[in-house]
Amino acid sequence: MSAPIEHWVSTAPFDPERTTSLHSNLSDKLLAASQARLFWWRLKRHRMAVISLVVLALAYLGAAFAEFVAPYGLSTRDTSHIFMPPQAIHLFHDGAFVGPFVYPMKGTLDLDTLERHYAEVRTEPQPIRFFCRSEPYRFWGVIESDLHLVCPQPGGTLFLLGTDRLGRDMLSRLIFGARISLTIGLVGVGLSLVLALVFGGLAGYLGGRTDYWVQRVTEVLRSLPQLPLWLALAAVLPATLDPLFVYFGITLILALLDWPSLARAVRSKLFSLREEDFTAAAEMMGARPSRIITRHLLPNFASHIIASVTLSIPAMILAETALSFLGLGLRPPITSWGVLLTEAQNIEAVALYPWLLLPMVPVVVSVLAFSFLGDGLRDAADPFAASAG
Amino acid sequence: MNFARFLGWRLLTMAATLLVISLLVFVIIQLPPGDYLSSYIAELRAEGDTNFEEKVAFLRELYGLDQPLPVQYLQWVGGFFRGDFGYSFEYGLPVADVVGDRLFLTLLLNFATVLFIYLVSFPVGLYVASRQYGVVDYGLTFLSYLGLAIPNFLLALILLYGANVVFGVSIGGLMDPALADEPWSGAKIASLLAHLVVPVVVIGMSSTAAMIQRVRANLLDELGRPYVVAARARGVPERRILLKYALRSAMNPFVSDIGDLLPSIVSGSVIVSVVMSLPTTGPMLLSSLRSQDMYLAGSFLMFLAILTVIGMLVSDILLALLDPRVRLSGGKRRR
Repeated sequence: MSAPIEHWVSTAPFDPERTTSLHSNLSDKLLAASQARLFWWRLKRHRMAVISLVVLALAYLGAAFAEFVAPYGLSTRDTSHIFMPPQAIHLFHDGAFVGPFVYPMKGTLDLDTLERHYAEVRTEPQPIRFFCRSEPYRFWGVIESDLHLVCPQPGGTLFLLGTDRLGRDMLSRLIFGARISLTIGLVGVGLSLVLALVFGGLAGYLGGRTDYWVQRVTEVLRSLPQLPLWLALAAVLPATLDPLFVYFGITLILALLDWPSLARAVRSKLFSLREEDFTAAAEMMGARPSRIITRHLLPNFASHIIASVTLSIPAMILAETALSFLGLGLRPPITSWGVLLTEAQNIEAVALYPWLLLPMVPVVVSVLAFSFLGDGLRDAADPFAASAG
Repeated sequence: MNFARFLGWRLLTMAATLLVISLLVFVIIQLPPGDYLSSYIAELRAEGDTNFEEKVAFLRELYGLDQPLPVQYLQWVGGFFRGDFGYSFEYGLPVADVVGDRLFLTLLLNFATVLFIYLVSFPVGLYVASRQYGVVDYGLTFLSYLGLAIPNFLLALILLYGANVVFGVSIGGLMDPALADEPWSGAKIASLLAHLVVPVVVIGMSSTAAMIQRVRANLLDELGRPYVVAARARGVPERRILLKYALRSAMNPFVSDIGDLLPSIVSGSVIVSVVMSLPTTGPMLLSSLRSQDMYLAGSFLMFLAILTVIGMLVSDILLALLDPRVRLSGGKRRR
C-alpha cells in the first residue's frame, strides 16, 4: 500500500464574495435587465429582423405623412401625361454637375395604334426641389398646407414611377395606398387577436368541454380554403356602402377566418404555462385566477403572441391585395396596393405600360419585412427553442 | 380491426365537418341583401313588363324561394345526394349543366399541383438535407422566403407579362382555343397537359418551398438521432442511412402536411385561375359571386370545401397506413 494521496488545499484567504464578483463584471447589466430589455437584446442579434424593423418603421412613417412625402395628391391628374413611363433622375447635364434633376418628357400619340410614346427633351433640366411648396393639401383632412418633401419645378413634371391611365402619379398613389394596405393588416390582426384571445384563452384556461368545442370549430375553419370564403363574404358587402364601412367590413372578414391559427397558438401556450411550477405555486398561495392570468401567464406569453401576430400580418396584407385585385375587396376611391393592381389585370395594357405592375414591389417588400421581423421576434421570445433551421 | 375503427371515426368527423361547412356556405349565400330574383324583378320593371308579378311568382315557386330558410337549406343539401345542385339564375340552367368540365379540370389542376409538390420537394429536400449549409441550401432558403412573399397571383401576372413581352404569346387558358369545344382526343389531352405546367408551378411554388423546408428540417432532426450515429458506427453506407433509416421516420409530416397545404392550394388555384383565365371553377365562382347567383356560388364553395376535406381524409389514411402510432391514438393528428 502506498501513502494516502495528499489533498491539495488552497492557502489563499477565504473570500465569500468571490463568486459574485466574478459574475458581476459581465452580468450586472444582464441580471438587472427587465424581460423587455432581454427580449430587445435577443432581437438585435437578428440582423434581418432589425433591418426589417427599420424598413417597416420608415414605411409606416411615410404612410402617416403621405400628403407631405408624396409629390402629388392622390387623385391629381395631369391629362397631358397619360401612361407616361417613369422619369429617370440625372445628376449631370452637359458634363456639368447640376444635382438631382429630371428631363421633361414630350409625348406623341400614335394615331394608328393609339399607343403613347414619350421621349426625354434633353435641353432643359428640371432640378428636383426639396422641402418645397407646391400642390396644397389638407394633412389628415384637417391641417392645410402646401409643403412637400419633393416637388417638380413649377410647370414641370416629376413622375418618378410613371403615370396611370388617367395621368395620375404612380409614386404618390403608392404612398397613399400604403396608408390603407399597411393599416388593414394591423387592424385585421387586432380583431383576429381579440377573437383568438377570447376563444383560445377560454379553451386553454377552462379546458374540458369548452376546449373540445373550440378545437372542433377551429379545425373546421382551418380546413376550409380561405380565399373562396373571403371572396364570398366580401361579395356580401353592398357596393353602395360608405368607404369607411367597406374598410372595416373587409378587416372584419379577414379576421373572421384568420383567428383560428392564432387561437391555437394562444391555447397551446396557455396549456403549457398552466402546468409550470410557478403557476402551481401562485395557485397554492391563494392567488385568484384574474391575478394568475394577468400577473403570471400574460407576461410570459405576450412575447409569443406578438411574434405570432407579426407572422400573420403578411397573410392579411396579401389577402386584402388579392380581394381588391379581384374587385371584391376595397374599391376606388379607397386606394390600396391591391386596388392599384387592378389596373394590371389587363395584360395587354401591362405589356405596353409595365410600370402598372409596380404596386407589387411594396407588397412583396412589406410581406418579406413582416416575415423576417416575425421570425426574429419568435426566436427572441423563445431562446430555448431550437432556432428554426 | 383497429384500422377499420380509425377509418370509421375519421369518416364520421368528415361527415360532421361537411355538415357544418354546408350550413356555413348556406348562410353566406343567403347573407347578401336581396337575391338574384329581386334584381331580376327590377330589370323586368325597368323594361316595362306588365305581367312581371306573375312571372316572378312563378320563378319564386320554381326555385323554392317562398319556403322558409330551413326548408330551403334542406332542399339544397338534399339535392347534393341526387346530383342536383340547384339552379343557376344567371344562365337559366341547372348548375350541373353550367359547370360542365370545370369541376373535373379543377380537380385535375389541384391534383397535379399536389403531385408536383411531392415530386419536387421530395428529392430536393433529400438533397439539401444531405448537404446542409451548401450553396443550394442557402439558395433554397432564400427562394422559399421569396416564394412565401410573392403571392401566386402576382407571380402569374409576371409570367403572363413576361410571356407576352418575350414570346408575344398568351399563356392563359388550359388548352389550345381551337380545341376547346372539340370532343376529348389525344391532341386535346396533350394540349391540356402542356398548358397545365405553368399554372401548376405557379400555384405550387410557395407550398413546395415550405415543404422542402419541412422535409429538410425533419431529415436533419432524424440524422442527429442516436440510431443514425449507431448505424454510422457500424459502417452502414451514408446513402443507405439516408434512404432506409432517416427518410422513413421523416415521412410522417411529409404526408400529414398535405392536409395543411390543401386549403392554400385550393385558394391559390382559384385566384390563379382568374388571372390566367383557366376554365376551372375560379373565374365562374367570382362572376357568380358578383352577380349573386347564389346556387352556383354555393355549389362551387361546397365543391372546393369537399375537395379539401376529402384530400385531408386521404392524407390521414395514408398517414395511418404509414405510422401505426396514429391509429392507436384514436386518429389524432400528430406532428
